[in-house]
Amino acid sequence: MTYIDPHIHMVSRTTDDYQRMALAGCVAITEPAFWAGFDRSSPQGFYDYFRQLTDTEPKRAAQYGINHHCWLCINPKEAEDVGFAREVISIIPEFLNHPTVLGIGEIGLDKNSKNELLILEEQLALAEKHDRLVLVHTPHLEDKRKGTMLIMDAVDNTSISPDRVLIDHVEEHTIGLVLERGFWAGMTLYPDTKCTPQRAADIIEMHGTDRLWINSAGDWGPSDPLAVPKCRRELASRGHHADTIHTISYANPLEFLSKSGRFSVT
Amino acid sequence: MTHEEAVDRYFLEHRAKVLDIAAFLDRLDRCDSVQNDYRIDALRKCVKVLLEENDSRTEKILNILSDHSNDPLDAATEQGASGAPLPE
Repeated sequence: MTYIDPHIHMVSRTTDDYQRMALAGCVAITEPAFWAGFDRSSPQGFYDYFRQLTDTEPKRAAQYGINHHCWLCINPKEAEDVGFAREVISIIPEFLNHPTVLGIGEIGLDKNSKNELLILEEQLALAEKHDRLVLVHTPHLEDKRKGTMLIMDAVDNTSISPDRVLIDHVEEHTIGLVLERGFWAGMTLYPDTKCTPQRAADIIEMHGTDRLWINSAGDWGPSDPLAVPKCRRELASRGHHADTIHTISYANPLEFLSKSGRFSVT
Repeated sequence: MTHEEAVDRYFLEHRAKVLDIAAFLDRLDRCDSVQNDYRIDALRKCVKVLLEENDSRTEKILNILSDHSNDPLDAATEQGASGAPLPE
């Protein structure tokens, strides 16, 4: 069976990972713009990063039969300097008409600060202006619950329909809040933080599969680019029907991403 | 999956995890200086939840480990997260 990993940072991964993902059944990925592990020193650094996401990575993925799309933004970790963030935001429209750019992401909050919230609101306005999908990063650990609430309130203050917004990195204490307000939700499969494949399977058993996807969010930190097939295997080993596994790891990502009008798996 | 199947599949993995927690707390006790730490206080509260009889222990623990304030911070003075909310 084939699958889609709708959130993975391949700029941080080796070509061997593309090969292993392809062997495991991956046919498409989407790559949100994120923090590189250090703060970039100039908006030009983001310009080059956006070129990498729109030009280099699709070619690298295509070598293994994987279709690559991306999301553009300035991430919340680098949003505290409002002037710097606005310079980066001003670059984004130049790339928005690229055929593989699905929308704005992963925007959101990190420490739930006023400046992060201001830049989140300005990037939501950018998505609103260009009628683009939104992929949201929610904060880590103790900041997640509060940040998730602030983010959903910010989206509700726009004209963006919640069914065009995916709120990622949900866990047991936030998934209900996200789904009941009409958003899509993503479970990130990490070895230490966020969800393990086992907990993700538990959450699927408790909440069902409606408006929900799984992703590896593989990056430069402790993460696993094969986390999605491992979660599929966990579900299969518990006796879940193939349709359920297909829905969570292929049909649901396809449904949400197709709202962009630009996504395909071929 | 039956209860027996779940136990057979997951018991050894979680036996190891509870031993890790016990060994971690023992390790802290052997440290030269005994100090209060809000993260360990939170962890001890979480351990108590494990013994409750309900099906929402995970959510309860995540809420213990969450910041329940509502207003944005004036500024993000650092990146990263500690894993437990600072005491009020």
